[in-house]
Amino acid sequence: MKEAKTALEMYRMMLLIRRFEEEAARAYSLGKIGGFLHLYIGQEAVAVGAAHAMRPTDSVVTTYRDHGIALARGMTANAGMAELFGKVTGCSKGLGGSMHFFDAENRMYGGHGIIGAHIPLAAGVAFASKYTSDGGVTMVFYGDGSASIGATHEGMSLAALWKLPIVFVCENNQYAMGTSLERSISVTDMSKKADGYGMAKDRFVAEDVFEIRDRLKDAVERARRGEGPTLVEILTYRYRGHSMSDPAKYRTKEEVEDYKKRDALNQLRAELAASPETAKDVEALEAAVEAEIAECVRFADESPEPTADLLEPTTYAGEFAR
Amino acid sequence: MARVVDMPKLSPTMEEGQIVTWHRKEGDAVEVDDLLAEVETDKATMEFRSFDRGTLLKVLAPAGSMVRLGDPVAVIGKPGESTEGLVSGTRAGAAPATAPAGVDAPSEAMTPATTAPVLVTGGRVKASPYVRKLARERGLDLLTVHGSGTGGRIVARDLDGGAVATRVTAPSAAAPKPTSVPFAAPVSATVAREARESVSKPLSMMRRTIARRLTESKRDVPHFYLTIDVDAGALFELRARLNADLDKKISFNDLVVKAVSIALVRAPEVNAQFTPEALVYHRRIDLSIAIAVDEGLVTPVLRDADRKSVVEISEEIQTLSARARDKKLTVEEMTGGTFSISNLGMFGIDEFAAVINPPEGAILAVGAIRAEPVVRGDAVVPGKRMKLTLSCDHRVVDGAVGAKFLAELRKVLERPLQILAH
Amino acid sequence: MKSMRFREAVREAIAEEMERDDRVFLMGEEVGQYQGAYKVSEGLLERFGERRVIDTPITEAGFAGIGIGAAMVGLRPIIEFMTWNFSAVAFDQILNNAAKLRQMSGGQLSVPVVFRGPNASARQVGSQHSHAMEHFYVNVPGLKVIAPATPADAKGMLKTAIRDEDPVLYLESETLYSVKGDVPEGEHLVPFGKARIAREGTDCTLISYSRMVHVCLDAAEALAAKGIDCEVIDLRSLRPLDEETIVASLTKTHRAVVAYEGWPYGGVGAEVVDRLQRLAFDELDAPILRVTTMDVPMPYNAKLEQLVIPQAHRIIDAVERVTYRRT
Repeated sequence: MKEAKTALEMYRMMLLIRRFEEEAARAYSLGKIGGFLHLYIGQEAVAVGAAHAMRPTDSVVTTYRDHGIALARGMTANAGMAELFGKVTGCSKGLGGSMHFFDAENRMYGGHGIIGAHIPLAAGVAFASKYTSDGGVTMVFYGDGSASIGATHEGMSLAALWKLPIVFVCENNQYAMGTSLERSISVTDMSKKADGYGMAKDRFVAEDVFEIRDRLKDAVERARRGEGPTLVEILTYRYRGHSMSDPAKYRTKEEVEDYKKRDALNQLRAELAASPETAKDVEALEAAVEAEIAECVRFADESPEPTADLLEPTTYAGEFAR
Repeated sequence: MARVVDMPKLSPTMEEGQIVTWHRKEGDAVEVDDLLAEVETDKATMEFRSFDRGTLLKVLAPAGSMVRLGDPVAVIGKPGESTEGLVSGTRAGAAPATAPAGVDAPSEAMTPATTAPVLVTGGRVKASPYVRKLARERGLDLLTVHGSGTGGRIVARDLDGGAVATRVTAPSAAAPKPTSVPFAAPVSATVAREARESVSKPLSMMRRTIARRLTESKRDVPHFYLTIDVDAGALFELRARLNADLDKKISFNDLVVKAVSIALVRAPEVNAQFTPEALVYHRRIDLSIAIAVDEGLVTPVLRDADRKSVVEISEEIQTLSARARDKKLTVEEMTGGTFSISNLGMFGIDEFAAVINPPEGAILAVGAIRAEPVVRGDAVVPGKRMKLTLSCDHRVVDGAVGAKFLAELRKVLERPLQILAH
Repeated sequence: MKSMRFREAVREAIAEEMERDDRVFLMGEEVGQYQGAYKVSEGLLERFGERRVIDTPITEAGFAGIGIGAAMVGLRPIIEFMTWNFSAVAFDQILNNAAKLRQMSGGQLSVPVVFRGPNASARQVGSQHSHAMEHFYVNVPGLKVIAPATPADAKGMLKTAIRDEDPVLYLESETLYSVKGDVPEGEHLVPFGKARIAREGTDCTLISYSRMVHVCLDAAEALAAKGIDCEVIDLRSLRPLDEETIVASLTKTHRAVVAYEGWPYGGVGAEVVDRLQRLAFDELDAPILRVTTMDVPMPYNAKLEQLVIPQAHRIIDAVERVTYRRT
């Protein structure tokens, strides 16, 4: 087994994300979580691979399907689950919710609800790195559904023009909400968009977390060297609907089952269990994840709710402007 | 089924009325046409007679209260019947102020002319919030204040609190409060100040009407004035002879009134009124006679003066004066004049200019008969003269027209036997 | 004191703050090589270089977002809209990112960005280039909206804006750029949320901001000749709004007219009216009137344009109404 320690670490995080989301789905059905809940189940390898491709000083911006990358960047399960429960102990003090996970300390800059609007924002973070020469690289995630909107185009145009240190990661999970790729975009190989901006590109299927890490790392280092942005399209699949209210009738059970057989998490576990140097650690690691998940649900449940005195100071940094 | 009795319209121009006295009390039986109450309107004190039969269950507007037309004053029904629900609503003048129905500067709309602020009223005094504050502070009853703002709204200037409308140069000092008007008294007299305070007298309906109508007249009607000074010697002699021969006393005023009616026949263009659509020339000669009473003045109408003898005129004016003093004039007796006469001669006024009594087109102000040297032939002899001033609404009576009337009037007054021939 | 034009005051504020703080940069269309569409940024490229004076392609959503993102991680961007009309295509960035990042992140992030550029009517530029955009933005909690009328305030408030921790929308006016005025020398900062009494008076309060302050002053002169003494208040800070000053003035005059560019439905003027009637109801002697842009898109024809834009005579008319000089 290559990089056994890293493999165990990556498996632990992928499992933590999946179990976190499964418990989130349960809590949602119990009414503990309100509003929208967009699950990442099936795509964990992308977040974990990406996190391992970056340095702690690099930055991440993502969409509303944000639990996975937040945890992968180092947010605690407690802070994440409490946020879903709308508690003051949550990463955004219960004011953001599922779509707005933020963790400035780990340079995870959201959690954004408007499709494509976060792309210029991420370009701004990369701009700041270039402006201050801090050596940081920004990785921004978006879905196939964000590819056609104007803000995405403008952000990419400027990032390429100014050779900003940024990596655009398109998590192509085949469905923009309920609209399949073929029905939503004329060129289904989305990495080809890179050609129009004159930026580097890559495209692959998310089956091996190590491959994800390595190929994203190439893009990150290209950015760090000042050679400009890369558009990386990763073909992935979400097992759940777009959100909790989505019965996902636009695809067949067989299609979902077929993808589940190639599940990156299951494949990595099989490898770890088969390898003598890691097999003994797998179950203990899984037990630890279970304990962590149980703890985060308990923590979220028992945490206090935010109070109204939070509202004004989180609206303006200075005196409230009315 | 009990029913609410609303304030009826007791005069053609009535918008509100003050209950003077109730002639029935709660529990009394009421027949149709029974006198329920007396109501002071803008014109006179009117009888308010019942349209309903039953028992007066509840008086909603006690004596002294001011009630808008159509607002409830009482409930009549079967004895013991509940009035609950009938009067719980907000109709009884207690309706909350309706917000101004609009509307900002005309500049904001495509049709500028239609967007002046409009007040919707529901049996309430229309007053600006600032005026209400001042009234609270000063203990003023806004019912007694005439509103000069949009739609009759009482605004600060009506309380002397908003100097902007009248001041042109000096900045205003703080609005003086009526209770502490600084008299020009010596400093040592401050002890006596208490007794010298101004007295506020609530406005009567008549005073409010006078204020409103005369303000409208002076503001809206373009007045101009023509004065003649006539030789009143013959008139003086005529009156002396008439009074010697007749049982009754004929006044100079009676003679002047008759003379005016004759002059109006000869110069009918003055017997006219302006309306936005057309000039209206009256064929009837109905003269409004200004009569001073305790609370102000009234102008009862002497109808068809041109067709009445001076004796008839004299008698009728006496009757009208008596009824005016007793506040018994009806609305009909006070409306519909075509030309006014105001005589202050008996008060020693030589000449004055009167304010036109809308919608009439002119008013004649009659001064005292003065003993003066006059020229007769080549000699200066003792004589009598009288000045008369015609106030004209220039929209309908031009200078030449007014002058023609006064020339006719002069002819009649200086050769007064004609007065007896008509 | 130093006399300078409005555009020079804006430029001096930018230059001084860029001199003071390396985190401050200017970004927008034609701000660099072209020297600014309205010559506000003239000379800044030469002085500060391409790193800090950055020309952008026509991508308002893109560079507005970049400004917000850079501010979020600690820079102090000044983002110029060639005119505020074009901010409409970046509206989502301002509404959903600039104004909300702080709250969505539970207070972890601040967005010290300044958006600036000319606003409202110019001369015959037609319906798409004549918007008074402040009325859209003042509605949004999380934003501050500033609209100075004089060179002194232009400089002092822009410097305050650049140092502010929150997103500030700073509105200029094409027709104000050449207006001259005295500007204090040395460090000159004007705080937000404090209105300026541009003219003292006792009979009626005229409330305005930006270019319309000058129109109000003209109207006040004409009204003085008619015996009506107007107080003219330059709000200059639209959010936060200085309630204290407008209430104090109304308490003195008891009558008010609000004059500004922008459509009559809602907006800054409606907000001012609401505050006054709420906070000083008992002081009102007349309904507060507003003099606004007419309720139509801006026509190109010069005469119709002037008809649609508020003029002094319309202000005079409104003042005469609230003082009951006419009905």
